[in-house]
Amino acid sequence: MNSALINTSGLLAALSGWSDELLMMLLVVPVLAMLFGFVLGSRAAERIALLTLPLGLALAVAVAALVLDQGTPLSYDIGGWASPLGVALRVDGLSAVLLLTTALVITGVGLYARADFATPADVDEARTPLAFWTLLLGLWAALNAVFIGQDLFNLYVAIELLTFTAVPLVCLKGSAETLQAALRYLLFALLGSVLYLLGAALLYGAYGTLDIGQLAAAMRGSGLAAAEPAVEPAAIAAVVLMTAGLLAKTALVPLHLWLPPAHAGAPAAASAILSALVVKGSFYLIFRLWIDLMPVVYTQQIAQGLATLGAAAILLGGIMAIRQARLKMLIAYSTLAQLGYLFLIFPLLVSPVLVPTLADGSTPAAWTGGVLQLVSHAFAKASMFMGAGLIAIALGHDRIADLGGLSRLLPITLVAFALSGLSLMGLPPSGGFAAKWLLLRAAIETGQWWWTLVILFGGVLTGTYLYRVLAAASFSESDADLAAGPASRRQSEGVSEPLPKLATGASAELASAPPPEPASEVSPERASVQSPRSSSQLPGQTGQVQSAQRQPRLQRPVARSRELIVLALALISIALGLVPLTSFEILQIGRGGEAMAMLEPLAEPAGLSAFELPASGVTPVPSATGFLASVMEPLPGVAGSLPSAPESLPTVAGPSTSSVAPLPSAVGAQSSAMGSLP
Amino acid sequence: MSSVTFYALLGSLLVGLGLYGVIVGASALRKILAFNLLGSGVFLLFGVIAQRGAGAGFGGDPVPQALVITGLVVAFAATALAVGLLVRLGESAGLDDVEDESEGESS
Repeated sequence: MNSALINTSGLLAALSGWSDELLMMLLVVPVLAMLFGFVLGSRAAERIALLTLPLGLALAVAVAALVLDQGTPLSYDIGGWASPLGVALRVDGLSAVLLLTTALVITGVGLYARADFATPADVDEARTPLAFWTLLLGLWAALNAVFIGQDLFNLYVAIELLTFTAVPLVCLKGSAETLQAALRYLLFALLGSVLYLLGAALLYGAYGTLDIGQLAAAMRGSGLAAAEPAVEPAAIAAVVLMTAGLLAKTALVPLHLWLPPAHAGAPAAASAILSALVVKGSFYLIFRLWIDLMPVVYTQQIAQGLATLGAAAILLGGIMAIRQARLKMLIAYSTLAQLGYLFLIFPLLVSPVLVPTLADGSTPAAWTGGVLQLVSHAFAKASMFMGAGLIAIALGHDRIADLGGLSRLLPITLVAFALSGLSLMGLPPSGGFAAKWLLLRAAIETGQWWWTLVILFGGVLTGTYLYRVLAAASFSESDADLAAGPASRRQSEGVSEPLPKLATGASAELASAPPPEPASEVSPERASVQSPRSSSQLPGQTGQVQSAQRQPRLQRPVARSRELIVLALALISIALGLVPLTSFEILQIGRGGEAMAMLEPLAEPAGLSAFELPASGVTPVPSATGFLASVMEPLPGVAGSLPSAPESLPTVAGPSTSSVAPLPSAVGAQSSAMGSLP
Repeated sequence: MSSVTFYALLGSLLVGLGLYGVIVGASALRKILAFNLLGSGVFLLFGVIAQRGAGAGFGGDPVPQALVITGLVVAFAATALAVGLLVRLGESAGLDDVEDESEGESS
């Protein structure tokens, strides 16, 4: 025990020397893996992706352990250039938790997706697997970039990368509906990102920097008088524009139209990532804008508005989910509702009642609750979507009314679904319960009782739509028979036709269909799974012939290991509720007064361009060209060797005509000017 | 009116037109074009900001220019992806001419 402790601390001490490299590798590893996979083909892409999963998970664990151990955020200036000119990466407690969540969910999804996106043995190359595995890695890189970014423009590139990897995942099947859903998603996302870019431009125009920490310091003014922040009108317009854009990407209620078709149409593994992680990336940016960037006075003004939209999302998402006929659509609308809870944290976090107490460094309940909601929803929703994928494979459809008998066919998946449901509803003991309980407590503590009604009613709605699914799946088929209309009865008779025809017919609606297998391969396992069913059929719950016809059949066997992955993710979302709340102190690392003390307030007044700011660690460069040249030169130490460049340049340009001659001399003048700098 | 103000107003006008087009555009292709207009307005504003930030005798602040280059690449990639999706959608709907495709986007 003792030696283990020593080993761990020794390991952490060794790691702390490598923190810069760790942060870089969070981005470099998935990008490299994606590029190699893309070049080497689908079979290699799958293998590379599966190798990257443990590596990326280990990186995320190492970063989180390091942040927890040091108690301070990790930060790294890329290329050694400090913030106004360079791009900073920063991992605080919150981003460490999100990185870890991302890594765990993607690992689960990757293992789950092996069966769906394997390259068939009889072909050299397959498009869909290649697309899936490279997009999965690209999406991972984009999410990591979003969570560790500190520069607003860098974050713009990161969320664009997130969009470009998420949109093709929606239409991997290539059917007209999914293409349409993907196009609609892309248009919403593009509108969102261009608004974000406009906001970033305005912020740069107002303050001359894009670093979140420096912007926040500039907005708070040089003094400590928080009552009078020095926020320019352009900055307010900018942040509002950026928020509107990010809301479109997060699918908060008035801008939610793209989400249900996109998330329901994607293959199950892709839906899991889209719902669990991708929408959280843009939410995280909204959070950073209003909590980290804007002074709290302004956040208080908009917080009730954001939370009202969130409440509308909870109610609308819940009601729409109850009305859905298909399982994946129900889960997609449930995502809409659960995202609404995240926006409730704004008024609870910046409530005037609470702000004076924030100074003592304690973790507010809304803060922990909000993050817990985000993380537990990520695990629960990933588990639910992948479970729905297994159900679609096993039954050949995902109509909720015809799920009867599922408890015999896929018991583990159904248990996982129920456990995830517990977390979404907020029943103890689950991560969702802890989250919603903390949010309730914060609402009462801050005297905003109306949000408690929303949270409680949202829980009732969640319970209702999940009960529909579980009741249809667990109870006798006659109930489902009554609930189902004649139309679905006709469809379900189609389901009971012989297998080979079905497998081809159902493959169109299967979320992620491997090519139909020959019946001879399927039948032995089918028989073994069906034997308990046929015995239970003898007593006959209803004794009707119709009911016998409605007995579900296993269209295609589902590997036990995939069910276990789904169960594992559901268990994580439950286990989050069992973690003692004191361990969430990690979320406070790098926030509040500590973070403020770390930021150097800008000495110069606002409204200056970057190179007029006090350049900390960066030599001011006299001209634009020279500046760009210095940016492209990553090593500051090499700057002295630059004067050698003009000597080599004329010799290169020598053989050519005299019209080129002015150019080297101009470059030479610039470089010598640079060389004369200390 | 200084040239900076003129181009700033022009950029804002482009942003406004593009935003209008993206929101009320009837077909997906129109929306994609409007998105490009909107993007051009934003890039023009970046140029204005570069000019405004130019101090001490320099021609312009290079940072917004560097950002514009990245932004152009991203907008180009986005347009290519959107048009590619639209073409596939048109093909799957059995249409030869994508421009006549009116149900590409039902907003």
